Amino acid sequence: MNSNDRGVKKLLLGILPSLAAIAIGLIFGFIVMLAAAPANALSGFGTVLTRGFTRMADVLFYATPIIMTGLSVGFAYRMGLFNIGASGQYTMGMFCAMYAAFMLPMPRPINWIVCCLAAIAGGALWGAIPGIFKALLNINEVITSIMFNYIGMYIVDELVRNNAVMYVAVKARTNYIPENVQLPSIGGGGSSLNIGTIIAIVLAVLLFIVLFKTTFGYELRATGFNKFAAKYAGMNSRRNIILTMIIAGALAGLGGALYILSPSSIQGASMTYEPINVIAEEGFNGIAVALLGCSHPIGIVFSAIFVSFIQRGGTAAVAYKPEIIDVMIAFIIYFSAFAMFVRELVLGKRRRKRAGNAKPEGNITADEIDAPMIELDIDKEE
Amino acid sequence: MEVVYFLVQNTLPVAIPLLLAALGGMFAERSGVINLALEGIMLFGAFFGCLVTYYLDPTGMNAQLILLIALAAAAIAGAIYSLALAFAAINMKADQTIVGTAMNMLVPALVLLISKMFFMSDGITTTTNFYIKSIPLLGQIPVVGDLFFKQTYLTVYIGVLVLIAAHILLYRTRFGLRLRACGEHPQAADSVGINVYRMRYAGVMISGMLGGLGGFAYAVGVMNGNCNGHTGVAGFGFLALAVMIFGQWKPVRIFLAALFFAFLRQVANSVMLIPFLNDLNIPKVFYNILPYIATMVVLAFTSSKSKAPKAEGIPYDKGSR
Repeated sequence: MNSNDRGVKKLLLGILPSLAAIAIGLIFGFIVMLAAAPANALSGFGTVLTRGFTRMADVLFYATPIIMTGLSVGFAYRMGLFNIGASGQYTMGMFCAMYAAFMLPMPRPINWIVCCLAAIAGGALWGAIPGIFKALLNINEVITSIMFNYIGMYIVDELVRNNAVMYVAVKARTNYIPENVQLPSIGGGGSSLNIGTIIAIVLAVLLFIVLFKTTFGYELRATGFNKFAAKYAGMNSRRNIILTMIIAGALAGLGGALYILSPSSIQGASMTYEPINVIAEEGFNGIAVALLGCSHPIGIVFSAIFVSFIQRGGTAAVAYKPEIIDVMIAFIIYFSAFAMFVRELVLGKRRRKRAGNAKPEGNITADEIDAPMIELDIDKEE
Repeated sequence: MEVVYFLVQNTLPVAIPLLLAALGGMFAERSGVINLALEGIMLFGAFFGCLVTYYLDPTGMNAQLILLIALAAAAIAGAIYSLALAFAAINMKADQTIVGTAMNMLVPALVLLISKMFFMSDGITTTTNFYIKSIPLLGQIPVVGDLFFKQTYLTVYIGVLVLIAAHILLYRTRFGLRLRACGEHPQAADSVGINVYRMRYAGVMISGMLGGLGGFAYAVGVMNGNCNGHTGVAGFGFLALAVMIFGQWKPVRIFLAALFFAFLRQVANSVMLIPFLNDLNIPKVFYNILPYIATMVVLAFTSSKSKAPKAEGIPYDKGSR
């Protein structure tokens, strides 16, 4: 077996659980559709699966923010941190970008770059606090970052409502972002394609390099594997936890900027914000995207495009509501949590075949010790 | 004095959903499973409770009787939904955080889908009046009657009964002892013949039942008998987990913690009625975020002497004994 063959096998083994989760999630979604409105289920399901092809520009437009929140969640997950606070970081970043866009007049193209930097700062701050709580006081980051979702959302909504320049009270939403601050469009003429998507993809590649080609990335993944071993090896886990959460927050925050600053011709979709005291769903979709993409930056780009793709189909399905897609996504996340089980099932069968069914259940055999956990991980680069 | 009466009367109906859900979290964690799905389970229970109320209301049944039936429906719904967590966490050994998150995402989406398709709304709106103006006899007791038996909901007393039952179940029964053993040291429990998997199923299902009860108590005490897919239970499921940690996984302490959080929230909502707070002129947003900030502060101070069950969140594998 040459190394190329091995690589392909590893890749397949890596994405198999995600593909299985997608398939099972879609089936459960279809069952819900059947239960809700049987007559339209088949055509509606078809729409979900195909409509995206006719709207690829919109698919990429909506994929951009969830690529960013997905990278945020996935990056933290590599370190063993569950960043459920991507929503709050995203909202904070979006607000900072909006504030800079309205309140700090600057020449183009400095202005939109400053907006993005402001968003990065806002998101990073919102990620740093749960990171500090985790690193210094060992408080579960899940609870603290959820609290910061609520705190961030309430503060942002209040700040927006109290700002006469941004907020239009009669419309209960903000003004549209001024045209000269919007992200440069690709294709022009009201196209939904813009430079934001490219920025997101470039960042994904950059993160891939950071994770797999730098010392920091190695330490991060090592801590994610076994934090005690990493500490024993002299890695500064406290510093790494805070740094990871800052980077995760910055990524989600930038996602907020790339969404709010993106020009498009989609009605009411972009460049304006409604303060309605609801937590941004992009953060939670980011969790789905990260899990489906195996927390691998490149995988995350593809899974974000997939999620955005079925969402576009969901908004078009006759007789259903767009929430049907959220139902499917929830099922997909649920089943992607079984990834380890699926992998073990595939590997276990093969291993048992090798051992000639001699392996007794429930005991650790030499065979198992020979096959370390690392081998299961597709991301261990040669 | 009027202000004190008002605050107490309004704090209790808010504290009870927190108490019930936090007790739910406690039973799951005491058995060794982290129930992050409480938020979703609560909304699931609230939805079914409201659905039952919606269909029973036209029959002209007594409102308090409807409440009891709806609570039972909510508890059953919560217990059934929690099976999804139990299966994933116990049989599949899946990551409990991910499963909980997925379950939290599923419910609002389902509630919105069903409500929009069949009720032309974002949730279930009921017209049943669960409010109790004054309980006969008890309401006439001076001071105590004003504090605890006027302008309230039946859920308050049910919540207190559940608290007592939970305390007895956990500390005074064989089942409770076994449950706690599974959360502390499942290998030891297994070695003396306790079925760890079955005990964890029981812990999670009790958790789901209490979560469902808490959800409908929220619909009654906070939402005035309605439920809505957009606002859901406003993070009460997560706050309940903080309440549980603050209460150090002990029923009575959890009750006090729930009262503390609910009181903060109530003060925040009634600033205008409390003269000295109103004079401070603090923006309302500060009061909105107060419960969440308080959670952070409380966690910061209680984390160092945490008495969390030792085996919580770790799937039990018979083979690794």
